[in-house]
Amino acid sequence: MKKEYTITVYTENQVGLLNRIAIIFSRRKINIDSLNVSPSEVESIHRFTIVINETVEVVRKLCLQIEKQVEVLKAYYNTNDEIIWQEMALYKVPTDAVAEKLQVERLLREYGARAVVIRKDYTIFETTGHREETDRLIQFLEPYGLIEFVRTARIAIIKASSGFHEKIREFEAVEPAEELIENEFLDKGQAVFTM
Amino acid sequence: MSTIVKESNQKDIVVQLTTDIAVTKELSGSQAVLEACIAEGVDTIFGYPGGAIMPIYDALYDYNDRLKHVLVRHEQGGIHAGQGYARSSGKVGVVFATSGPGATNLVTGLADAMIDSTPLVCITGQVFAHLLGTDAFQETDVINITTPVTKWNYQITDATEIPHILSKAFYIAGSGRPGPVLIDISKNAQIQKFNYEGYTKCNHIRSYRPKPIVRKEYIEAAAQLINEAKKPFVIFGQGVILGRAEKEFKAFIEKGGLPAAWTILGLSALPTDHPQNVGMLGMHGNYGPNVLTNECDVLIAVGMRFDDRVTGRLDKYAKQAKIIHLDIDPAEINKNVTATIPVWGDCKETLPMLTQLIQEKQHKEWLALFNQYTKDEHDAVINAELHPTKGELTMGEVIHLLNELTGGNAIVVTDVGQHQMVACRYAKFNETKSNITSGGLGTMGFALPAAIGAKFGALDRTVVAVIGDGGFQMTLQELGTIMQTGLNVKILILNNRFLGMVRQWQELFNDRRYSFVDIQSPDFVQLAKAYGIDGASVDDRKLLKNALQTMLDHDGSYLLEVMVGKENNVFPMVPQGCSVSEIRLK
Repeated sequence: MKKEYTITVYTENQVGLLNRIAIIFSRRKINIDSLNVSPSEVESIHRFTIVINETVEVVRKLCLQIEKQVEVLKAYYNTNDEIIWQEMALYKVPTDAVAEKLQVERLLREYGARAVVIRKDYTIFETTGHREETDRLIQFLEPYGLIEFVRTARIAIIKASSGFHEKIREFEAVEPAEELIENEFLDKGQAVFTM
Repeated sequence: MSTIVKESNQKDIVVQLTTDIAVTKELSGSQAVLEACIAEGVDTIFGYPGGAIMPIYDALYDYNDRLKHVLVRHEQGGIHAGQGYARSSGKVGVVFATSGPGATNLVTGLADAMIDSTPLVCITGQVFAHLLGTDAFQETDVINITTPVTKWNYQITDATEIPHILSKAFYIAGSGRPGPVLIDISKNAQIQKFNYEGYTKCNHIRSYRPKPIVRKEYIEAAAQLINEAKKPFVIFGQGVILGRAEKEFKAFIEKGGLPAAWTILGLSALPTDHPQNVGMLGMHGNYGPNVLTNECDVLIAVGMRFDDRVTGRLDKYAKQAKIIHLDIDPAEINKNVTATIPVWGDCKETLPMLTQLIQEKQHKEWLALFNQYTKDEHDAVINAELHPTKGELTMGEVIHLLNELTGGNAIVVTDVGQHQMVACRYAKFNETKSNITSGGLGTMGFALPAAIGAKFGALDRTVVAVIGDGGFQMTLQELGTIMQTGLNVKILILNNRFLGMVRQWQELFNDRRYSFVDIQSPDFVQLAKAYGIDGASVDDRKLLKNALQTMLDHDGSYLLEVMVGKENNVFPMVPQGCSVSEIRLK
């Protein structure tokens, strides 16, 4: 059964790696719903957050192919209940609509939105949340003349994760200690294959 | 190896180069490339010069005494030669090509090496860094073109990166599951002088674990399954050869009394005559191994990846069996076939661990069942193929006579198609690294250049390239390479005046609608003569053995064309979409 999976990849910061990872999906004609790449908490290590809609078998194989890339340290995949995620959205609406219609202001509060810029001609609101939440605000603002809208990719934190600082030491060791080596089949059944 | 010496009266660092002459610290990027090759033990480079790689070729002029460069006739020929070299020698093959068309001509070979796990380091020239992205003359985005078909690639635009990146390139290409690496070097980096501080071989990259620490729990579980098995069956692939584990593998199957069948790339890892070698797997493999895959109780896969040509229809593949899968690449485990016991590791390590834990057994009855199937296959197919008495020559009898004359000691390089299946089915091998073929990609035109490379990788061995009339015409320009190097390669063309494998499928599945498979050929013997290569053509059974003997005895390269039956088919066959147990004998 297909469902939404969030793939988190820790990589070296290397030109061309984005392409190497992207073609693992495109080769199998799998659409990436959302993609974020940014520096991680560990210096020189980048973090990819990729959202796709696929079966667990496919996602598992994709992660193994991703981990096979020389500059990839680790790939995890998680269902939505295993992560905390957010997307940020910006909305540009005519200021007169906001100023004149009190209802707008009240609802913006309900959506947790924040005004980033207020000009005579337009106002920009910002909100963060899940896709459905940011979508709902679009629907709400549209009657008031929504001019423009933009949304970021998903960023996600894995609930069970203890960060990457410990892991990176393990990777840097030429001969890692045996107890540091995870093994998919031994430790986690069908979880992600690791070093 | 280079060493760094500090001189007391001068503050300069002096680098001791392999030239044995202490020169100044300054080295060009091009020289650093060649120093890296020497430090990595490269002795032969296959390549073709061009504008963007001229500085490297200029430097090569001075390294001619330490690095043999083979001038090929086409970059595709160069990379297939590199593959042949890597496969016969077990070393990393090195290929040079220029930018643009030179680099794009490597792509087929890269894809072939990628799917067949062949270690290569390809170095391509690139336009000056300041011209990147300007559509400069002979500029192409080589890195992005080759990303899907390389294990790793990297573009160097600064000479100081060269020693470090090349050491990474050789390490990545040859370690773990091997594969092709491409390094693209812009012309300015090739020219640039820099402080050369020696060459250090790479042995660790933090984001790359070529092999895992083997978990004993899995070995124990696997050994227990094998010990409990009534009908265990081993199938092995190129992993045994790439892992240099032929001895360990033999010890394993001998102790357990385990029948073993090979994939096309596993061929020659176990001598043909070994009593437990039960033959070839897959679409044109042997009868017994295919049928009994669906009867064994424990299937032990060693260094193979369950390609669709091996498994046939997956949902009817070995469903009754418990599966033990030994592989170094975790992405192969549970990819096509779910393993009951996954043994992730280098088979050089895992096989001896398993051998230690398994009981000594014979499985005589089970092995006899394989022999029974072999007998049936002999009666239905093999006898007629190897020992025909009338009618047109068969490919099988040619290979059979070749076995007799070489004693199974030759390296056999095959192209792709019917002759490939026949050669792999019937060729006899005593030694490992003796079968060189394009397995995964099925690249027609592979054999001639690969045979050239294979010969350079094993100069003391006889190399016979078995090629069809179609495939030969795809890369026959490499006859020029043979001519110029004076290399001794035997070229055996099995000419059926058809693109035989496609014709066979058209006969069986497309109602004999022979659509564009009736290929015409030039006079191959005359063609060889034009290149100064002796040759002959034979179509008479009585003359065949002598003709083969003449070819093998000839001092130097020789082309023998054998006219074989036009519409002979390769059997047995597992038709596409069928289970391995539905294998057809006719």
